[in-house]
Amino acid sequence: MHTKTISQLSAALRSGEVSSVELTTLFLERIKQHNPALNCFISVTEAQALEAAAAADQRLKAGNAAPLTGVPIAHKDIFCTEGVKTTCASKMLDNFIAPYESTCTARFRDAGAVMLGKTNMDEFAMGSSNETSYYGAVKNPWDQARVPGGSSGGSVSAVAARLAPAATGTDTGGSIRQPAALCGLTGLKPTYGRVSRFGMIAFASSLDQAGPITYSAEDAALMMNVMAGFDERDSTSVERDVPDYSANLDNGIEGLKIGLPKEYFGEGLDDGVARVVAAAVKEYEALGAVVKEISLPNTALAVPTYYVVAPAECSTNLSRFDGVRFGHRCDDPKDLFDLYTRSRGEGFGAEVKRRIMIGTYVLSAGYYDAYYLKAQKIRRLISEDFRAAFEEVDVIMGPTAPSTAFKLGEKADDPVTMYLSDIYTIAVNMAGLPAASIPAGFADGLPVGLQVIGNYFDESRLLNVAHKYQQATDWHLQVPKEFQ
Amino acid sequence: MEWEIVIGLEIHAQLATKSKIFSGASTAYGAEPNTQACAVDLGLPGVLPVLNKEAVRMAAKFGLAVGARVSNRSVFARKNYFYPDLPKGYQISQFELPVVEGGRLAIQVEGEEARVIGITRAHLEEDAGKSLHEDFHGSTGVDLNRAGTPLLEIVSEPDMRSAKEAVAYMKKIHSLVQYLEICDGNMQEGSFRCDANVSIRPLGQEKLGTRSEIKNLNSFRFVERAINFEVERQIDVIEGGGAVVQETRLYDSDKDETRSMRSKEEAFDYRYFPDPDLLPLEIDEAYIEAVRSTLPELPDEKKARFISELGLAEYEAGVLTASRELADYFEAAAKIAGEDARRSANWVMGDLLGALNKEGKEIAESPVSAELLGGMLQRINDKTISGKIAKQVFECMWNGEGDADSVIEAKGLKQVTDSGAIEKIIDEIIVNNPGQVEQYRSGKDKLFGFFVGQVMKATQGKANPAQVNELLKQKLA
Repeated sequence: MHTKTISQLSAALRSGEVSSVELTTLFLERIKQHNPALNCFISVTEAQALEAAAAADQRLKAGNAAPLTGVPIAHKDIFCTEGVKTTCASKMLDNFIAPYESTCTARFRDAGAVMLGKTNMDEFAMGSSNETSYYGAVKNPWDQARVPGGSSGGSVSAVAARLAPAATGTDTGGSIRQPAALCGLTGLKPTYGRVSRFGMIAFASSLDQAGPITYSAEDAALMMNVMAGFDERDSTSVERDVPDYSANLDNGIEGLKIGLPKEYFGEGLDDGVARVVAAAVKEYEALGAVVKEISLPNTALAVPTYYVVAPAECSTNLSRFDGVRFGHRCDDPKDLFDLYTRSRGEGFGAEVKRRIMIGTYVLSAGYYDAYYLKAQKIRRLISEDFRAAFEEVDVIMGPTAPSTAFKLGEKADDPVTMYLSDIYTIAVNMAGLPAASIPAGFADGLPVGLQVIGNYFDESRLLNVAHKYQQATDWHLQVPKEFQ
Repeated sequence: MEWEIVIGLEIHAQLATKSKIFSGASTAYGAEPNTQACAVDLGLPGVLPVLNKEAVRMAAKFGLAVGARVSNRSVFARKNYFYPDLPKGYQISQFELPVVEGGRLAIQVEGEEARVIGITRAHLEEDAGKSLHEDFHGSTGVDLNRAGTPLLEIVSEPDMRSAKEAVAYMKKIHSLVQYLEICDGNMQEGSFRCDANVSIRPLGQEKLGTRSEIKNLNSFRFVERAINFEVERQIDVIEGGGAVVQETRLYDSDKDETRSMRSKEEAFDYRYFPDPDLLPLEIDEAYIEAVRSTLPELPDEKKARFISELGLAEYEAGVLTASRELADYFEAAAKIAGEDARRSANWVMGDLLGALNKEGKEIAESPVSAELLGGMLQRINDKTISGKIAKQVFECMWNGEGDADSVIEAKGLKQVTDSGAIEKIIDEIIVNNPGQVEQYRSGKDKLFGFFVGQVMKATQGKANPAQVNELLKQKLA
């Protein structure tokens, strides 16, 4: 039962084959058993989960259940959950309990999904390996000496190890897609504005977007049906009809025009990853798609530009963590300056501090034009690259990450190398486009992800394209040995 | 050396919206500390600002009223600095692209030529909370009720040349925002306050001198005194061989002086950048026209109309249009009075404002409503009572003794217009005062007033003065 997709679990719950309480208990047991090794949960909300499961069973019995009613899921600990600690994996928020629920988690709650707990992540979502968490690194279930990717590392580790059948994540520069790739899962970053950011602790407001982490595209569609939609509490969410993401999954993809950006297959790409991606593209050709080489000329500028824009936004987004109203406060501050500097100095980890400093620098008088403004201009050029590409092709494909999961500690002391693990994912956030990573095979026993990038609000097509591939392959159903 | 004073004002007008600029919390003044601050105002993690459309409408209204451009696209920016009463560590304001740009306002200092003051811009922003340094035993208390209250910051050009002009400009803006019903103008509660940029330069020099900025002036009197102090200080500095430094200064009203708060070197780098949580504010022409159609008659238009249609003098029209409430009061009273708007104007400006001033009351609190005053003026106009008797009627109305008609009735104040009765009284007075009659007839014209006084005395002031004059002239001829 623990390896079933949420589509299967939803059917099993409806048929009465299993109750939500039984399912929830099963996953809670698995979390107890494996979380000490994997460290993928920061909080496990056992009592609330069982209560929600019992309510879901009532709803199932009463016959007014939604597709996710009774299905257990995990939420990244970046979403504020009323009455349950929300840490963002930072010492700063180790004691923080929000008096409100994020729109995203509220929609799952209202749909009857059962929250198992809150998953580990890079501190304030800043990282690509889940090693910056105040609560310790998360292990990759495929090889526990390796990282699961980041920043949604806890969510992918939990789902890959079958401790939860699905989870939410957030993606600012690849934080859903890169870990999904490194753990053999399906991850979708929706179009910017498609999912509300209300109650989601901000890293870089113009880039952050929540999305699902699942086994299959079919499951991702079920999650998107719940998550997506306008929210009047988020001015950047888009007032636009939400399609039924499950409706077009089975559409044929004959004649689908796939663009392969030549810049995504050059230097820095691991051979094993390149081979898997090439094989996946062949599979698409076999399914009737047409492949074409394209160019995204400003690809090389994406990472440096991102490391101006994202830190700039985060440096001020994180100003509210000042030790005054909530969160960590230093002992016995001797004056206001001491309160600020020590509370923040003690509360934030090294990577967060690094980004706050970079961001403060690029917004400073005298540097603003050279860095922040220039970065905004390049951001427009990057969007323009994609706009031009989508005049020629329907979707863009390439590797999600340049390599498979690396060893814990391998890149921890070299931020620039670490930043480059997001080289293929970051441009998508800069442009605000939707993109998925889907399991496409293995290199040296480690999962490889295929990235599929779509045009704005084209999530339905992305899911359709992913689903057709998953109908023809079973990479997405592979389970690490220890967790079968 | 003769110095020219150069002043620019940054006025902060709190917009009269029910809820805050980026949250649904109430803006009502005077609640228990921190009871009107929601998660957004507290800057809790994950919450987001949502722009209050009403604040935008009010800003547009102001822009149109001062002949400015209402921008089709303006941008909210973050102004970053740390302070305990600034919950997010940044203030959401507008920086490069404000909602209103390029307006103007005519001002007049009594006895001087009217001048036009340029308005550079007006932008929307949120207010901070309040830090309370007393009563916390060495600690600081923070009240965030005010955090997120919408402000319109109105920035003038450095066009004013005296403290008096600065005050005239500030008063004019103060009146205007109340006319527009976008600000309650309450200066005690901080709803209307300003910062003054002051510099001096040798008369005739084009280049501006180094300015200082005096923060947080919350009364007209303080603006005038702070500027005058600052001008004297700057002259002393320069004439003493020194140089004015660019700095922020605070006005201490107890000591009547300004003192340095921070110099340019210590100034914050606010690291302004567009707030990624808010989309650019887009306003189309149709919206602007819809707002324009809601504009009330503005003070200058009203003043011109009072002069041309009601025949008021320039000065009277100016006084009566200084506030919308006063103008509305006057118009209502004058309308009921029917004729002779100048008589109504004199009553409002004289007796009514005098009585209000004496008791420290606002026009809205006047015990004599426009209807009551208008009713009384009507009785003067139809000669039921004389102007003199009306003073008595006014006092009775002020004391709550009912409207003019019931006071006149109850006290028997109806004017005597029966010429037979008045003639009889005059005849008696002529008989009783032969000496005065003799003197008057031999050319001492001044004594005419004596006879009028005698008649009024005998009738307890109720005789129609015009009639008395006429009859006396006949009888004494």
